[in-house]
Amino acid sequence: MAREERAAWVGLVVSLIAIAVYAAVVAGRAASTPLLEVDWLGPMLWTIIGGIVVSIVVTIIWGVVAEGGSLRGENAADERDRAITQMGDRVGVAFLVIGGVVGIALCAIDAAPFWIANTLYAGFALSSVVGGIARVVAYRRGLV
Amino acid sequence: MVKPTRVTNAIRELRTDRGLTQADLAGAVGVTRQTLIAIEQGKYSPSLEMAFQIVRVLDVPFDAAFQYPED
Repeated sequence: MAREERAAWVGLVVSLIAIAVYAAVVAGRAASTPLLEVDWLGPMLWTIIGGIVVSIVVTIIWGVVAEGGSLRGENAADERDRAITQMGDRVGVAFLVIGGVVGIALCAIDAAPFWIANTLYAGFALSSVVGGIARVVAYRRGLV
Repeated sequence: MVKPTRVTNAIRELRTDRGLTQADLAGAVGVTRQTLIAIEQGKYSPSLEMAFQIVRVLDVPFDAAFQYPED
């Protein structure tokens, strides 16, 4: 498996886990606290930062195990990797835009910060997951 | 996302005729072996620049390596 494909898989799996952890923590807190009073900021920041750090660490470790950690050589990113990355970004960015627009609309109607923040987070999360799925599917099934 | 391409290629046959492995050709062109496999299997259409690099390494005319139907 080429380096960029490994990174695509790691990004997708870590994103799914981070989203699941965030949802579980917030849902758990909401069981004993009114939803709009739940402390969402800490779990959101920790799962975002943690997801990024874990993705980097796992990608590095997988690279070391698979190819001795070399950053060059036969597995360096090529034009197909760049095309797949760009395609994944194009697919994912639509959800970022939707999340942003809905977030603005929620601000306009003075919605609670909980809903605004979580709408924006949902946009990021969907962008990451759907873009990641598009990448791994392109690596497996082809991009022509 | 995955749309059919009408471009076909004979890279696999030309490569094996010359005794080159996938790693040999991929290295000469400067791509990963996975990308060369994807091209040979018709799962990725290379850029024009990469296509020229491939035919140069294989030392064949362009349309011996890549074909496009007339109609």
